[in-house]
Amino acid sequence: MQQFAALLRKDSRPVRYLVVDDSVFARKNLIKMIEMFGGEVAGEAGDGLTAIAEYNRTKPDIVLMDITMPQMEGIEAVERIVRQHAEARIVMVSSVGYQENILAALQKGAKHFVQKPVKPEVLYEILRYVLSDDPTAAGAPVALAGEHRS
Amino acid sequence: MRMELIQPFINAADAVFAESLQAPTKIADLAMDEETYRRKGIAALILIKGEIEGRVILDLAPEVALKVATHLAGSAVEQSEQVARETVCELANMVIGNSVTLLNDQGFRFKVFPPEIHVNEQGLAGGADTEAMVICIETACGQVYLNIAMHYLHRRRQEREPASALD
Repeated sequence: MQQFAALLRKDSRPVRYLVVDDSVFARKNLIKMIEMFGGEVAGEAGDGLTAIAEYNRTKPDIVLMDITMPQMEGIEAVERIVRQHAEARIVMVSSVGYQENILAALQKGAKHFVQKPVKPEVLYEILRYVLSDDPTAAGAPVALAGEHRS
Repeated sequence: MRMELIQPFINAADAVFAESLQAPTKIADLAMDEETYRRKGIAALILIKGEIEGRVILDLAPEVALKVATHLAGSAVEQSEQVARETVCELANMVIGNSVTLLNDQGFRFKVFPPEIHVNEQGLAGGADTEAMVICIETACGQVYLNIAMHYLHRRRQEREPASALD
Protein backbone atom coordinates (compact mmCIF):
# COMPACT_ATOMS: atom_id res chain seq x y z
CA MET A 1 0.00 0.00 0.00
CA GLN A 2 1.25 3.48 -0.86
CA GLN A 3 2.40 5.72 1.97
CA PHE A 4 1.39 9.37 2.09
CA ALA A 5 2.56 12.14 4.39
CA ALA A 6 -0.47 13.22 6.40
CA LEU A 7 -2.33 16.24 5.11
CA LEU A 8 -2.96 18.49 8.10
CA ARG A 9 -4.65 21.79 8.81
CA LYS A 10 -2.65 24.83 9.79
CA ASP A 11 -3.40 24.06 13.43
CA SER A 12 -1.85 20.59 12.85
CA ARG A 13 -5.17 18.85 13.35
CA PRO A 14 -6.41 16.31 10.81
CA VAL A 15 -8.29 17.66 7.81
CA ARG A 16 -12.02 16.96 8.21
CA TYR A 17 -13.91 15.64 5.18
CA LEU A 18 -17.54 15.39 4.20
CA VAL A 19 -17.97 12.48 1.77
CA VAL A 20 -20.97 12.69 -0.54
CA ASP A 21 -21.88 9.81 -2.84
CA ASP A 22 -25.07 7.81 -3.27
CA SER A 23 -23.04 4.62 -3.30
CA VAL A 24 -22.00 3.36 0.15
CA PHE A 25 -19.34 1.38 -1.63
CA ALA A 26 -17.88 4.51 -3.28
CA ARG A 27 -17.96 6.38 0.05
CA LYS A 28 -16.06 3.54 1.72
CA ASN A 29 -13.44 3.69 -0.99
CA LEU A 30 -12.97 7.44 -0.49
CA ILE A 31 -12.92 7.07 3.30
CA LYS A 32 -10.15 4.49 2.97
CA MET A 33 -8.09 7.07 1.05
CA ILE A 34 -8.91 9.85 3.53
CA GLU A 35 -7.54 7.63 6.29
CA MET A 36 -4.43 6.97 4.21
CA PHE A 37 -3.95 10.76 4.04
CA GLY A 38 -4.29 11.15 7.82
CA GLY A 39 -7.73 12.78 7.52
CA GLU A 40 -10.90 12.46 9.52
CA VAL A 41 -14.44 11.85 8.27
CA ALA A 42 -16.69 14.64 9.56
CA GLY A 43 -19.79 13.26 7.86
CA GLU A 44 -21.29 11.29 5.01
CA ALA A 45 -24.23 11.94 2.72
CA GLY A 46 -25.94 9.97 -0.04
CA ASP A 47 -27.57 12.89 -1.87
CA GLY A 48 -27.24 16.62 -2.40
CA LEU A 49 -29.92 17.66 0.09
CA THR A 50 -28.36 15.65 2.91
CA ALA A 51 -24.96 17.01 1.89
CA ILE A 52 -26.14 20.58 2.50
CA ALA A 53 -27.52 19.66 5.92
CA GLU A 54 -24.34 17.76 6.79
CA TYR A 55 -22.18 20.66 5.64
CA ASN A 56 -24.06 23.04 7.92
CA ARG A 57 -23.80 20.58 10.80
CA THR A 58 -20.16 19.55 10.47
CA LYS A 59 -18.45 22.52 8.73
CA PRO A 60 -15.83 20.26 7.08
CA ASP A 61 -12.52 21.45 5.66
CA ILE A 62 -13.13 19.61 2.39
CA VAL A 63 -16.17 18.12 0.65
CA LEU A 64 -15.74 15.23 -1.78
CA MET A 65 -18.90 15.42 -3.90
CA ASP A 66 -20.30 12.97 -6.45
CA ILE A 67 -22.31 14.47 -9.34
CA THR A 68 -25.07 12.02 -10.21
CA MET A 69 -27.20 11.41 -7.14
CA PRO A 70 -30.89 11.06 -6.30
CA GLN A 71 -33.02 13.94 -4.97
CA MET A 72 -30.44 16.63 -5.64
CA GLU A 73 -27.42 16.28 -7.90
CA GLY A 74 -23.93 17.27 -6.82
CA ILE A 75 -23.60 20.39 -8.97
CA GLU A 76 -26.76 21.92 -7.52
CA ALA A 77 -25.61 21.04 -4.01
CA VAL A 78 -22.28 22.78 -4.73
CA GLU A 79 -24.10 25.91 -5.84
CA ARG A 80 -26.24 25.98 -2.69
CA ILE A 81 -23.36 25.28 -0.31
CA VAL A 82 -21.10 27.90 -1.91
CA ARG A 83 -23.92 30.46 -1.87
CA GLN A 84 -24.12 30.09 1.90
CA HIS A 85 -20.44 29.37 2.56
CA ALA A 86 -18.20 31.12 0.05
CA GLU A 87 -15.16 29.58 1.73
CA ALA A 88 -16.34 25.99 1.06
CA ARG A 89 -13.76 23.79 -0.60
CA ILE A 90 -15.48 21.19 -2.72
CA VAL A 91 -13.82 18.61 -4.94
CA MET A 92 -16.09 16.86 -7.44
CA VAL A 93 -15.61 13.10 -7.74
CA SER A 94 -17.42 11.59 -10.69
CA SER A 95 -17.22 8.82 -13.27
CA VAL A 96 -18.35 11.23 -15.97
CA GLY A 97 -15.46 13.52 -16.76
CA TYR A 98 -16.47 15.41 -19.86
CA GLN A 99 -15.78 19.08 -20.13
CA GLU A 100 -19.35 20.36 -19.78
CA ASN A 101 -19.71 18.62 -16.43
CA ILE A 102 -16.39 19.84 -15.14
CA LEU A 103 -17.01 23.41 -16.27
CA ALA A 104 -20.50 23.45 -14.77
CA ALA A 105 -19.15 22.28 -11.41
CA LEU A 106 -16.29 24.79 -11.43
CA GLN A 107 -18.64 27.61 -12.41
CA LYS A 108 -20.86 26.78 -9.45
CA GLY A 109 -17.91 27.00 -7.09
CA ALA A 110 -16.21 23.61 -6.97
CA LYS A 111 -12.44 23.86 -6.56
CA HIS A 112 -11.39 20.80 -8.50
CA PHE A 113 -12.48 17.60 -10.21
CA VAL A 114 -11.28 14.02 -10.03
CA GLN A 115 -12.56 11.19 -12.19
CA LYS A 116 -13.49 7.74 -10.88
CA PRO A 117 -11.95 5.30 -10.39
CA VAL A 118 -10.03 7.56 -8.05
CA LYS A 119 -6.32 6.95 -7.84
CA PRO A 120 -5.04 7.75 -4.32
CA GLU A 121 -1.99 9.61 -5.63
CA VAL A 122 -4.15 11.80 -7.87
CA LEU A 123 -6.63 12.63 -5.12
CA TYR A 124 -3.76 13.35 -2.73
CA GLU A 125 -2.21 15.90 -5.07
CA ILE A 126 -5.58 17.55 -5.70
CA LEU A 127 -6.25 17.80 -1.96
CA ARG A 128 -2.81 19.26 -1.38
CA TYR A 129 -3.51 21.85 -4.03
CA VAL A 130 -6.99 22.71 -2.74
CA LEU A 131 -5.83 22.89 0.87
CA SER A 132 -2.93 25.13 -0.05
CA ASP A 133 -5.55 27.68 -1.01
CA ASP A 134 -7.02 27.42 2.48
CA PRO A 135 -8.36 30.84 3.50
CA THR A 136 -8.31 29.82 7.16
CA ALA A 137 -4.64 29.02 6.78
CA ALA A 138 -3.98 32.74 6.17
CA GLY A 139 -1.82 32.05 3.16
CA ALA A 140 0.32 29.45 4.88
CA PRO A 141 0.98 26.30 2.93
CA VAL A 142 -0.71 23.15 4.11
CA ALA A 143 1.31 21.33 6.72
CA LEU A 144 2.48 17.88 5.82
CA ALA A 145 3.35 15.62 8.72
CA GLY A 146 7.01 14.78 8.62
CA GLU A 147 7.71 17.59 6.18
CA HIS A 148 10.23 20.13 7.38
CA ARG A 149 8.86 23.66 7.46
CA SER A 150 10.89 26.74 8.30
CA MET B 1 -21.09 -3.87 -35.49
CA ARG B 2 -19.73 -0.42 -34.84
CA MET B 3 -16.38 -1.06 -33.24
CA GLU B 4 -15.67 2.66 -32.90
CA LEU B 5 -18.69 2.83 -30.58
CA ILE B 6 -17.83 -0.32 -28.68
CA GLN B 7 -14.10 0.12 -28.22
CA PRO B 8 -14.45 2.97 -25.66
CA PHE B 9 -16.51 0.68 -23.41
CA ILE B 10 -13.99 -2.15 -23.64
CA ASN B 11 -11.11 0.22 -22.93
CA ALA B 12 -12.97 1.81 -20.03
CA ALA B 13 -13.89 -1.53 -18.45
CA ASP B 14 -10.34 -2.75 -18.80
CA ALA B 15 -8.95 0.44 -17.24
CA VAL B 16 -11.53 0.65 -14.44
CA PHE B 17 -10.89 -2.92 -13.26
CA ALA B 18 -7.12 -2.69 -13.66
CA GLU B 19 -6.95 0.61 -11.78
CA SER B 20 -9.50 -0.28 -9.13
CA LEU B 21 -7.93 -3.62 -8.34
CA GLN B 22 -4.36 -2.48 -8.94
CA ALA B 23 -3.77 -5.62 -10.96
CA PRO B 24 -3.57 -6.40 -14.67
CA THR B 25 -6.67 -7.57 -16.53
CA LYS B 26 -7.00 -9.69 -19.65
CA ILE B 27 -9.66 -9.94 -22.33
CA ALA B 28 -10.41 -13.65 -22.01
CA ASP B 29 -13.11 -13.95 -24.63
CA LEU B 30 -14.92 -11.83 -27.18
CA ALA B 31 -17.97 -12.94 -29.14
CA MET B 32 -20.90 -11.63 -31.16
CA ASP B 33 -24.32 -12.31 -29.76
CA GLU B 34 -27.60 -11.97 -31.59
CA GLU B 35 -29.52 -13.90 -29.01
CA THR B 36 -31.25 -12.60 -25.91
CA TYR B 37 -28.64 -11.97 -23.23
CA ARG B 38 -28.89 -14.28 -20.23
CA ARG B 39 -27.16 -12.94 -17.17
CA LYS B 40 -24.48 -14.96 -15.41
CA GLY B 41 -24.64 -13.16 -12.08
CA ILE B 42 -25.82 -9.71 -11.06
CA ALA B 43 -26.28 -7.63 -14.19
CA ALA B 44 -26.48 -3.84 -14.34
CA LEU B 45 -28.19 -2.55 -17.47
CA ILE B 46 -27.51 0.98 -18.70
CA LEU B 47 -29.43 2.56 -21.55
CA ILE B 48 -28.00 5.23 -23.82
CA LYS B 49 -30.24 7.42 -26.00
CA GLY B 50 -29.37 10.22 -28.37
CA GLU B 51 -27.18 10.50 -31.46
CA ILE B 52 -25.84 7.09 -30.52
CA GLU B 53 -28.13 4.57 -28.88
CA GLY B 54 -27.97 1.20 -27.28
CA ARG B 55 -27.34 -0.55 -24.05
CA VAL B 56 -24.47 -1.86 -21.99
CA ILE B 57 -24.69 -4.66 -19.44
CA LEU B 58 -22.06 -5.27 -16.79
CA ASP B 59 -22.44 -8.73 -15.33
CA LEU B 60 -20.57 -10.16 -12.34
CA ALA B 61 -21.10 -13.20 -10.16
CA PRO B 62 -22.08 -12.06 -6.61
CA GLU B 63 -18.91 -13.53 -5.13
CA VAL B 64 -16.78 -11.62 -7.64
CA ALA B 65 -18.64 -8.38 -6.82
CA LEU B 66 -18.06 -8.92 -3.09
CA LYS B 67 -14.35 -9.58 -3.66
CA VAL B 68 -14.11 -6.29 -5.60
CA ALA B 69 -16.05 -4.47 -2.85
CA THR B 70 -13.73 -5.86 -0.17
CA HIS B 71 -10.68 -4.82 -2.15
CA LEU B 72 -11.94 -1.29 -2.74
CA ALA B 73 -13.21 -0.73 0.78
CA GLY B 74 -9.91 -1.96 2.18
CA SER B 75 -11.73 -4.02 4.80
CA ALA B 76 -14.30 -6.77 5.04
CA VAL B 77 -17.72 -5.82 3.69
CA GLU B 78 -21.09 -7.28 4.56
CA GLN B 79 -21.52 -10.42 2.47
CA SER B 80 -24.99 -9.58 1.25
CA GLU B 81 -26.72 -9.46 -2.11
CA GLN B 82 -27.46 -5.78 -1.49
CA VAL B 83 -23.73 -4.96 -1.23
CA ALA B 84 -23.03 -7.07 -4.31
CA ARG B 85 -25.73 -5.24 -6.27
CA GLU B 86 -24.49 -1.85 -5.21
CA THR B 87 -20.95 -2.80 -6.15
CA VAL B 88 -22.05 -3.86 -9.63
CA CYS B 89 -23.97 -0.57 -10.03
CA GLU B 90 -21.00 1.53 -8.96
CA LEU B 91 -18.64 -0.40 -11.24
CA ALA B 92 -21.11 0.04 -14.11
CA ASN B 93 -21.23 3.76 -13.37
CA MET B 94 -17.46 3.97 -13.52
CA VAL B 95 -17.19 2.00 -16.75
CA ILE B 96 -19.97 3.98 -18.42
CA GLY B 97 -18.75 7.30 -17.05
CA ASN B 98 -15.28 6.77 -18.44
CA SER B 99 -16.47 5.56 -21.82
CA VAL B 100 -19.12 8.23 -22.35
CA THR B 101 -16.56 10.88 -21.48
CA LEU B 102 -14.57 9.72 -24.48
CA LEU B 103 -17.61 9.53 -26.77
CA ASN B 104 -18.89 12.90 -25.58
CA ASP B 105 -15.52 14.51 -26.24
CA GLN B 106 -15.72 13.05 -29.79
CA GLY B 107 -18.82 15.18 -30.29
CA PHE B 108 -21.65 12.70 -29.77
CA ARG B 109 -24.61 13.95 -27.75
CA PHE B 110 -26.67 11.46 -25.79
CA LYS B 111 -28.28 10.76 -22.45
CA VAL B 112 -27.14 7.99 -20.15
CA PHE B 113 -29.76 6.47 -17.88
CA PRO B 114 -28.89 5.26 -14.36
CA PRO B 115 -28.02 1.57 -14.06
CA GLU B 116 -30.87 -0.84 -13.46
CA ILE B 117 -30.12 -4.10 -11.77
CA HIS B 118 -31.42 -7.05 -13.74
CA VAL B 119 -32.13 -10.17 -11.72
CA ASN B 120 -34.90 -11.78 -13.71
CA GLU B 121 -34.36 -15.16 -15.24
CA GLN B 122 -35.64 -14.14 -18.67
CA GLY B 123 -33.02 -12.70 -20.99
CA LEU B 124 -32.38 -9.16 -22.14
CA ALA B 125 -33.00 -8.50 -25.80
CA GLY B 126 -30.56 -6.35 -27.74
CA GLY B 127 -31.76 -3.57 -30.04
CA ALA B 128 -34.06 -4.60 -32.89
CA ASP B 129 -31.35 -4.00 -35.46
CA THR B 130 -28.29 -4.28 -33.29
CA GLU B 131 -26.17 -7.28 -32.53
CA ALA B 132 -24.31 -7.28 -29.27
CA MET B 133 -20.71 -7.91 -28.43
CA VAL B 134 -20.00 -9.96 -25.32
CA ILE B 135 -16.61 -9.51 -23.71
CA CYS B 136 -15.26 -11.57 -20.84
CA ILE B 137 -12.59 -9.78 -18.83
CA GLU B 138 -10.35 -11.76 -16.52
CA THR B 139 -9.64 -9.73 -13.38
CA ALA B 140 -7.81 -10.40 -10.13
CA CYS B 141 -11.20 -11.02 -8.48
CA GLY B 142 -12.71 -13.22 -11.19
CA GLN B 143 -14.50 -12.95 -14.52
CA VAL B 144 -16.47 -9.91 -15.53
CA TYR B 145 -18.83 -9.84 -18.52
CA LEU B 146 -19.67 -6.85 -20.62
CA ASN B 147 -22.44 -6.98 -23.21
CA ILE B 148 -22.56 -3.99 -25.55
CA ALA B 149 -25.10 -3.18 -28.26
CA MET B 150 -24.67 0.28 -29.76
CA HIS B 151 -25.58 1.99 -33.02
CA TYR B 152 -25.75 5.43 -34.61
CA LEU B 153 -29.31 6.70 -34.52
CA HIS B 154 -28.90 9.22 -37.34
CA ARG B 155 -27.07 6.88 -39.67
CA ARG B 156 -29.75 4.24 -39.18
CA ARG B 157 -32.43 6.75 -40.10
CA GLN B 158 -30.52 7.75 -43.22
CA GLU B 159 -30.06 4.11 -44.15
CA ARG B 160 -33.82 3.58 -43.90
CA GLU B 161 -34.70 6.58 -46.08
CA PRO B 162 -33.94 5.02 -49.51
CA ALA B 163 -35.97 1.95 -48.57
CA SER B 164 -38.93 4.12 -47.66
CA ALA B 165 -38.68 5.91 -51.00
CA LEU B 166 -39.10 2.59 -52.82
CA ASP B 167 -42.40 1.85 -51.11
